Amino acid sequence: MGFGIAPISVETDRFHELGAIKEKNAMSYSGLRVIREALNGQRGWKPAWRNPEPKPNYDIIVIGGGGHGLATAHYLVTKYGEKSIAVVEKGWIGSGNAGRNTTIVRGDYTLPPNTRFYDHSVGLWEKMERELNFNVMHSQRGVLFLHHNDAERDDHYRKTNIMRMQGTDGEILGPEKLRKMYPSMNFDGRFPITGAYLHRRGGTARHDAVVWGYARSADRRGVDILQNCEVTGFRIEQGKVLGIETTHGFIGAKKVGVSVAGNTSRVMDMAGIRTPIESHVLQAFVSEGLKPIIPGQVNYGAGHFYISQSDKGGLVMGGDLDKYNSCAQRGNLPVFESVIEAAVTLFPMLSRARLLRAWGGLQDMTMDGHAVIDETPIKGLYLNGGWCYGGFKATPAAGECFAHLLSTEQPHELAKPYRLDRFRTGYLLDEKGQGPNPNRQ
Amino acid sequence: MIINHPLLGPRDRQEFTYLGDACLIDRPGWQAEDAMDQFFEYVYLRDDPAGEHRELWYHEHGDRSWLVVTRNTVTHEITNVELASDVARKQGRSK
Repeated sequence: MGFGIAPISVETDRFHELGAIKEKNAMSYSGLRVIREALNGQRGWKPAWRNPEPKPNYDIIVIGGGGHGLATAHYLVTKYGEKSIAVVEKGWIGSGNAGRNTTIVRGDYTLPPNTRFYDHSVGLWEKMERELNFNVMHSQRGVLFLHHNDAERDDHYRKTNIMRMQGTDGEILGPEKLRKMYPSMNFDGRFPITGAYLHRRGGTARHDAVVWGYARSADRRGVDILQNCEVTGFRIEQGKVLGIETTHGFIGAKKVGVSVAGNTSRVMDMAGIRTPIESHVLQAFVSEGLKPIIPGQVNYGAGHFYISQSDKGGLVMGGDLDKYNSCAQRGNLPVFESVIEAAVTLFPMLSRARLLRAWGGLQDMTMDGHAVIDETPIKGLYLNGGWCYGGFKATPAAGECFAHLLSTEQPHELAKPYRLDRFRTGYLLDEKGQGPNPNRQ
Repeated sequence: MIINHPLLGPRDRQEFTYLGDACLIDRPGWQAEDAMDQFFEYVYLRDDPAGEHRELWYHEHGDRSWLVVTRNTVTHEITNVELASDVARKQGRSK
């Protein structure tokens, strides 16, 4: 796949093509380019995307300039050949959940539809940097889930067996191997660590870079990214969407895709649709930059806690939801306390590290803990939402599936189980068997 | 967050567990013609507002009463707390 140019639809024009290739080489990022710019006083860099004024009409408008919305725009042009697309974003791109997560990418699910979807997603992550010509710092450093007793161990054997039967990787490690991998971990605490399962293809990525990479790719192919343009309503006549009302006025569209993690309930409410979603806050914390001490991503088994170390050295940590509906984008202290307790239990030396920042992201918690990529009862209005706290790792696959749906008006093969009406028909995707209790997931 | 219990006074939020939207009090009748649709809406659909929200809290580490708390989901300001049994009785229920 090439980058940098819109697909040329007219009869091939030799000069046009040569010019485009030249432009592509001048614009793409590479080691050579870094050296050239260094010798040139860094004067050749250009903004990675434009800041255009809205046009009166588009074929397709995607609401939400996060990872999912921009990935959707990217796939709409590159894979489905759509030409008239806008992405509208109420703030700046990546200012919602794409900038408020713990950057974990993994595909360790058990229900077959989820395994297929996330396996595909991990595959797309693996080739994302080449596809986008952008360093998203995707690092498959391994995701580790600890167990502390026989029941948890049995459950991990069951889970990894299911994963392996479906072609995803997962292996059980005993305490000896773990001690070599994580010498700083406290193995003999209140809940001694008896082993873990390791998902080697899992890892982390640089969250902002994913947003920027997709934005740059989509923009260079003619997608208008309209920042600081908040949607205030839909124009719907006779059950069909005609466009969106925004703070920049009305923008017409044949089709509108909603991809606004955390705000799905409120945006769908503007179209008069009630959703199977509650909004909850999930907090995350990052420490000051430290020397490399945690090589992979670790999930505690005796409490809800997970940790990894960013390439800058900050320890990125998170835990439970706040457990009551919240649209506050900030968290409460009891969860903060439990996360730090678990951190110090697992890695005692962290008691001397200082926290740098904390943040809270709004999660679209659905009634079965899984997402929706589907049409809505309003013709021309489509929804990609309800990703609970797992949207980041789904970014490329969700973008591809949503682009497929918006362009062809048919669900993508991988997204067929992610129907909006599954709550009515009973085909739920309740990976944890929690029932309709979003605050307990 | 402090919840002002109608019988016990101000109590810390950690004494309580949360269930969800107070519309869960109004369980539909199973004999209705459209019981399937009503139950689908009752079990799965939510208003989920950014602002004032009436919700059910259970005083688990206290008197084990169910409360209907009116709380702003953006500011977490609590403006009203009632016993869920009082709310149900006001709607004409026997308990």
